[in-house]
Amino acid sequence: MRVQGYDFMPQPAPLSTITGQQTAHITVRSLTKTFAGRDLYRDFNLDILKGKVTCIFGPNGCGKSTLLNTISGLIPYDSGSISFEGKTLDRVTIGYVFQNYRDALFPWLKAIDNIEYPLKVMGVSKSERDRRVRTLVESFNIQIDLNRYPYQLSGGQQQLISILRALITEPDVLFLDEPFSALDFETTLFIRDKLQEIFQSSGITMVMVSHDLEEAVFMADRVLLLTKSPTQIAEEVDFFSPRPRTPDTLASADFISTKAHCLQVFQAEVRR
Amino acid sequence: MAIRPRQARQKLFSLLLFNAGTIGVLAIWWIAWRLELINPTLFPDPFATLATLVRSLFGGDLIQDFGFTLYRTLYAFAIASVIAIPLGVIIGANRKVYQSFEFLIDFFRSTPATAMFPLFLVVFGIDDFSKIAVAAFAGSLVIFFNVAYGVMNAKKTRVLAAKIMGAPRWRIFLDVMFFETLPQTFIGLRTAVSLTLVVIIVAEMFVGSTNGMGHRIIDAQIIYDMEQMYASIIATGLMGYGLNLIFLSLEKRFVHWM
Repeated sequence: MRVQGYDFMPQPAPLSTITGQQTAHITVRSLTKTFAGRDLYRDFNLDILKGKVTCIFGPNGCGKSTLLNTISGLIPYDSGSISFEGKTLDRVTIGYVFQNYRDALFPWLKAIDNIEYPLKVMGVSKSERDRRVRTLVESFNIQIDLNRYPYQLSGGQQQLISILRALITEPDVLFLDEPFSALDFETTLFIRDKLQEIFQSSGITMVMVSHDLEEAVFMADRVLLLTKSPTQIAEEVDFFSPRPRTPDTLASADFISTKAHCLQVFQAEVRR
Repeated sequence: MAIRPRQARQKLFSLLLFNAGTIGVLAIWWIAWRLELINPTLFPDPFATLATLVRSLFGGDLIQDFGFTLYRTLYAFAIASVIAIPLGVIIGANRKVYQSFEFLIDFFRSTPATAMFPLFLVVFGIDDFSKIAVAAFAGSLVIFFNVAYGVMNAKKTRVLAAKIMGAPRWRIFLDVMFFETLPQTFIGLRTAVSLTLVVIIVAEMFVGSTNGMGHRIIDAQIIYDMEQMYASIIATGLMGYGLNLIFLSLEKRFVHWM
């Protein structure tokens, strides 16, 4: 049950995995969720680091997306608490990028109106909306004709529009549900780089579900490896390689050993 | 810019090719008439028929009957839209309510609207409005069904996307659901306008009418004026075709993303 009507909840004590200057942005405590008589989560605890990229990875059906959607408030949960630096979800601004841009963008609106839409919901004036879109587009050096409709753009451009739409409100956290899975390889590389650029210039907290281990490690500061359901954390693996990460990163000893370790944990989970 | 003769010839050729089927059918009709393969009193000269059509359209009273039928059809269609669109949205938005109505909807959809004439005559009297009411009834079922279906099958992702931006319910409804439903609504409207025309024509034929295309066709048949009958049938067909064309172009304009 979520505590409604309170701006602030008592800040829970951090889990032991947080060290040094890292602070938790999102705190999940005793999360329990049942679905169709089955426990998806039972007494699940998690800290998501502030200003870092967290990638969620795990076996099929372990509830990667469910976890993301529960934290972002898209689906309800039975008991426990989820807080954003002590605040409830309705007190923070979040951005969400869906897996399938075709189903998530509004095809009846031009690209620019898609990006502006969250501001329109917030009641921002048209001139201010236009100004903010211009600033955002310029700051990420994006060259797309924003007066086109989504269906007149390529898949990569459409997903980029989705990402801009999620960022326009300057959210505290950006959630991404397998943002590359509907894109071809070339576009995936391009969007990955753009996301890194966005992350580096904004320092926003990102939480991303991935079904590709290499991609998860490549993008992440911390990889969250999940177990089969009822889901628990198998291990949290840190990968603090400097950014921007390039194809050279993929060849670095640090990357290879981190990925190998994650794979080991994953395989042990799948065989269990 | 003047069109050069070669271009003009190419244009004419592609136009002929595009309408080869129509021209072929006209040719077969003409040959059948010429060789008297079918009783000529039942089967007039196609070109005389077309001439009659043009003559009645521009000189005769066909245009008045055409106008009456068009008026009744659009009137019925307007009533159907005003009733069925909001109803479809409300009932489609609630799956449980829709399910409780499903049998009734399917039943009346499967019942020929023309079977309801006597009932509507009793309720609305034998004047013009009872015809319009039956047609509106038939049309509204089609619109209702399509709108409700569109609402029920709206892409949940877009609704979720709006929800996560903090959009209130009314905004999700106006900015997302409305557009999500629009393609299916248009299919309903286009089907309904064709159906209302069918019902109006039948009503004009058999339910004590003194004007309209249905009445005109039946009249021509009674006095064995075959050219007039065929001409009226073609004129009615043109009306249906034109209405469909108008709705298709509206659809293309308003539902540009499909």
